[in-house]
Amino acid sequence: MLKMTHLAKVYRTEVVETYALRDFNIDVKEGEFVAVTGPSGSGKTTFLTIAGLLETFTGGEYHLDGIEVSQLNDNARSKIRNEKIGFIFQAFNLIPDLNVFDNVEVPLRYRGMKAPERKQRIMDALERVGLAARARHYPAELSGGQQQRVAIARALAGSPRLLLADEPTGNLDTQMARGVMELLEEIHREGATIVMVTHDPELAARAQRNVHVIDGQVVDLSEEPRFHAHNHAQTARS
Amino acid sequence: MFAYYLQLGLRSLRKNPVLTALMVMAIGFGVAASMTTYSVYRATSRDPIPQKSSVLYNTQVDAFGPENIENGEPADALTYIDVTAILRAHKAPRQAAVYPVSVSVIPDDAGRLPMREGAYANSSDMFAMFDMPFIQGHAWTRDDDEKHASVAVITKDLNDKLFNGGNSVGKQVNLDGRLFRIVGVMANWSPQPLFFDVPNTGGFDEGAAVYIPFTRAIDLQLPTNGNNNCVKEPEAGWDGYLHSECVWIALWTEMHSAAEVATYRNYLNGYAAEQQRAGRWNWAPNVKVRDVMEWLDAKKVVPKESTISLVVSLGFLVICLVNTVGLLLAKFMRRAPEIGVRRALGASRSDIYAQFLIEAGAVGIAGGVLGLVLTGLGTLGTTLVFPEDIARLATLDPVLILLTLLTAIVASVVAAFYPTWRAAQVQPAWQLKSN
Repeated sequence: MLKMTHLAKVYRTEVVETYALRDFNIDVKEGEFVAVTGPSGSGKTTFLTIAGLLETFTGGEYHLDGIEVSQLNDNARSKIRNEKIGFIFQAFNLIPDLNVFDNVEVPLRYRGMKAPERKQRIMDALERVGLAARARHYPAELSGGQQQRVAIARALAGSPRLLLADEPTGNLDTQMARGVMELLEEIHREGATIVMVTHDPELAARAQRNVHVIDGQVVDLSEEPRFHAHNHAQTARS
Repeated sequence: MFAYYLQLGLRSLRKNPVLTALMVMAIGFGVAASMTTYSVYRATSRDPIPQKSSVLYNTQVDAFGPENIENGEPADALTYIDVTAILRAHKAPRQAAVYPVSVSVIPDDAGRLPMREGAYANSSDMFAMFDMPFIQGHAWTRDDDEKHASVAVITKDLNDKLFNGGNSVGKQVNLDGRLFRIVGVMANWSPQPLFFDVPNTGGFDEGAAVYIPFTRAIDLQLPTNGNNNCVKEPEAGWDGYLHSECVWIALWTEMHSAAEVATYRNYLNGYAAEQQRAGRWNWAPNVKVRDVMEWLDAKKVVPKESTISLVVSLGFLVICLVNTVGLLLAKFMRRAPEIGVRRALGASRSDIYAQFLIEAGAVGIAGGVLGLVLTGLGTLGTTLVFPEDIARLATLDPVLILLTLLTAIVASVVAAFYPTWRAAQVQPAWQLKSN
């Protein structure tokens, strides 16, 4: 589903080159739930933004769902983001001027979907996260946990092949975090591929496999799969 | 997606009413200033007879000599001697002499006071040449010209005054105590600029109420009511005046091919050379044959203040647009996090361009509506800047309404190009990381 080989990301200024990722290798199979852990500044989020085609990379190869993405133009990358990837951010990143319904609708609009299908998908997604009754509420009227559920609904509405979550519970209290985590586990059980960046060992332990990143490189081996026998255990080499 | 982007744009504009009002005012005032001055410029520079302006030609033949003219430009009018000679030669398919006269129209009803009216003494061809619109009867004929007939064409306004709008063809009109038989009634006709009488009107005038044959006016010794320039003092009497070197008659021709124009110009040069050989003139032939727009251009009919005010107001519009660029930039860049989210969710750069340009277009529509109101007020206030006969031409017609709205929208979208480009360059990764 997601395969990076010898990937590098370098930030260059006139005086210094900083490697955010260096010889980064990872292979996430379809249906896996992988937690990417590591200390702050290790390159976890950079990996996630490159994985989500929000950022380009400097070297190496990246295949997403069998497509080599380095040569794709902006339109093609946007189309892949829209159709294959769902994002869940630590800060929720809902658009404050739009109500819950309209927030969930955003990716479907860019897909050019007809209004009846959009509405069906939005309501299904909101039902799924338990917020159908809040469809006309604005983000400011919701708790943090509810906002993250809306973000998850937005990510799910387009039925993406890959969910990328960046510290999805980082801004939530323990109870809300537990609820969101249970939701992600449920989504994974239904067959979604999830890559979650976190530095919370407790959350990481609930993933199927852990990948540890230090100084822009994968340095740990995967754990054995724990949830689904049909999923492949993967080794990410440094 | 257009409706979606428009909806987002309107929502965004409602969210910041002060900023939105500032942008709308900048666009509205800028567009109104430029459209108000443009309405005057358009009125003064337009083609007064577009269907025929390229086939109607004014004739100039230098009867004054290089010492008495400026920049080699012959006098605007011709002498009676030259006009009658050229008319007699009949080198153009249609030709018309014309000069302005002033007449007293004396109503039949003894209880009503005479009315002083502007009139033209002209050849019969002029009516067909200038597409003058008849609502009753028709023009007099070349035969009437030959016979120096006492016939007249009057305008609808005068017909209303004298005959209560009834059919007056065949009836008599008393001009300066002489009776003229009415052969036709014209709709009020006053092309602006009044191209065929620019030297006497400056190009802007309400036109005449009466038209009588040139030959009859000469018989009646009706003097010109316009300019009369003489290089030598004429001999005494009307006959002396007619045979003087005074210029006071315009000569227009209608020609439909370059060959006809060339033949006519050759004839004029030959005529002028003949005058030189005969000892009347001691300078080389100097003739000008210009079509309507060349003629208006040569006579600089567009007032200088009209051009200057248009340039100044366009400069003001540019300043307003620069302000709008700044306001839009501030507005759009404040939404960088939203742009980041939209990009992450699948919006391409093209989508961001479309969304923000449509939002700018919405500002343009609002600015256009404000601009329309202000342009309407502006056209009423043009008398403060321009002479009355020019100011009255500035009107808010459907074309100007459309142009005002279009200018506002285009100006707003142009102003939004740079802010939108910046918005489209927002790196979603950085925005999402920084949140």
